[in-house]
Amino acid sequence: MELLERFVAGDLNAFEMLFRQYQSYAYRWIIRIVRDHGIAEDLTVETFWRIYRSRARLDPSGNFRAWARRIATNAALDHLRHARRETELSEDYPAATRGDPAVRSETREQIRQAFQQLPVKYRLVATLALIEEEPYNSIAEAVGIPAALVKIRVFRAVRMLRKKLNSFGVEVGAK
Amino acid sequence: MSNEENNKEMKELLRQAIAPVKNTELRRDLWPSMLQRLGRQPVRVPWFDWALAALLSVVLFFFPRAIPALLYHL
Repeated sequence: MELLERFVAGDLNAFEMLFRQYQSYAYRWIIRIVRDHGIAEDLTVETFWRIYRSRARLDPSGNFRAWARRIATNAALDHLRHARRETELSEDYPAATRGDPAVRSETREQIRQAFQQLPVKYRLVATLALIEEEPYNSIAEAVGIPAALVKIRVFRAVRMLRKKLNSFGVEVGAK
Repeated sequence: MSNEENNKEMKELLRQAIAPVKNTELRRDLWPSMLQRLGRQPVRVPWFDWALAALLSVVLFFFPRAIPALLYHL
């Protein structure tokens, strides 16, 4: 019996093998969204807990990696929804220190604030597409929406950011 | 300015304010935490246990004299 079939049948050893095989993969994806080691660890466990609970719905001939990443994305999204909006970015990942010296630290702080205020579904795609430079297709697969919609969300996120920054008095390109 | 140019400009600004995550490696094995989580799952009572309990309640309701006998055998 294949590993996935054993897992679907409820074999805990098969689950442990899958967990050990994919925990790093799930973690690496989640941390790029939540940007905090501790939270990413908790969400990795949460992801596999969800995977374990919904194993009956898994197609053993399907792509486990893609399925796991989708569940990981949803777990991260749920976390972002429930986390306090005013939560600052983790100190584990402070603002970039290099870069254009013309962009003052005050401006960088305003950009971070504006970004934190984006609605979660836009923040998710903007984080992955603009900061982490993940391809649209990959984001689409993980979020479970068409790539065209990812593009639209990124565009809207940029528009919202620009509007917010302009309201802070930071002039950013065309409206 | 085109959408692509807008995105590019904002991407540059964003990446100067918020750095991409550099260290994405998992620091420890999470299996022990997973086992803890699995152990915390609520105890599920099988449906036939509920059925037995219901049957026993009905029997004791109609034959209350059986209660002492039941307690004696517990």
